[in-house]
Parts: sequence; structure tokens; C-alpha cells
Amino acid sequence: MQLARVIGDVVATRKDGNLGAIPLLVLQPIAADGSDTGRTLVAVDSVGAGIGETVFFVRGKEASFPFYPTEVPADAGIVGIVDHWDLG
Amino acid sequence: MILARIVGTVVATRKDPRLVSNKLLVARPMDPHGKAEGNYLVAVDTVDAGVGETVLIVSGSSARMAAGMKDCPVDAAVVGIIDTIEVAAGD
Repeated sequence: MQLARVIGDVVATRKDGNLGAIPLLVLQPIAADGSDTGRTLVAVDSVGAGIGETVFFVRGKEASFPFYPTEVPADAGIVGIVDHWDLG
Repeated sequence: MILARIVGTVVATRKDPRLVSNKLLVARPMDPHGKAEGNYLVAVDTVDAGVGETVLIVSGSSARMAAGMKDCPVDAAVVGIIDTIEVAAGD
């Protein structure tokens, strides 16, 4: 999993049927110090995250697992909202 | 998934039989502000997208979960046509 900041959302009326009403959020991956790293991406959201929150997300086919047994065509999915993190 | 703009189509007569009757599009990935980034890619179209439209592309094995793509040799599929993108101020 990877840390990211939710920076936006995306609206698509015409889309794959299995994406249904699942929220699509724009993520900016971040490093451990909170700085931006890497390209932005769009992820499905199963935990109710919102713009401005720090989250962690999975990449790959696992992104669709929270919606099992529906086969959601997603390669990135938010699976947790971060309260805080510590670096030892 | 990534945001991309459709910039063209691909025609191939000789191809894997499981790709027959699927539309192939050339897409240019972009950031949420519309700025192009990264390399062009070919994606199979499952939502009837067209040139000039902004779309959502799913990559990797997840592309096979798009409608009608089960067991097809694809690693990128257009699964949505974007109406609007909202980005927080400062991002």
C-alpha cells in the first residue's frame, strides 16, 4: 500500500456498469515526510474519504476486492483513511 | 486508474482473435489540470469513447475486468468518459 493525499474528484456519467456509483477520487501519492511524489492517479473509494484527507491505497487487481463479488474494473483503490503516522 | 485524452484510433486487421470487434484507441495520459504527461498508450474501448474526449483508463490485469474483456489479452481499457474533474485549490 502507499500513502496519498486526496486532491480532487472525478465525475463520469458514461462508465463501466460495475463502477456503478462508486466514488472516484484523484490522489497525489506522498512520501513519508508528506511531500508529493510521483504522478497523480484516480482511485475508487470504499471507505468514504474526502478531499484533503490522507489515505492509503492499494494498486492492482486488489483494488476491486472491497467490492467483491462485483468485479469492479479498478487498478487503484483507497482502503484506509490515515489518522496520523509516526516515523521511528 | 489514470486520466487521459483520446487522440486517435488504431486499426489492426491481423490480431489476436479475442480482440476482434473491439475498438482500439490511442490515448495520451494527463494530469487533473489537463496537462499531458507520460507516454502514449493503446487502450481497448468499452464505453464508446471518441477522439478528443477525456477518459478514465484502467491498467494491468484489472483491464480484463472491464465489460466484455474477460480472458482478453489487454492491459489497458477505457472504462469511463469524464464529465468533470474537480481539484482542491493549491493542488
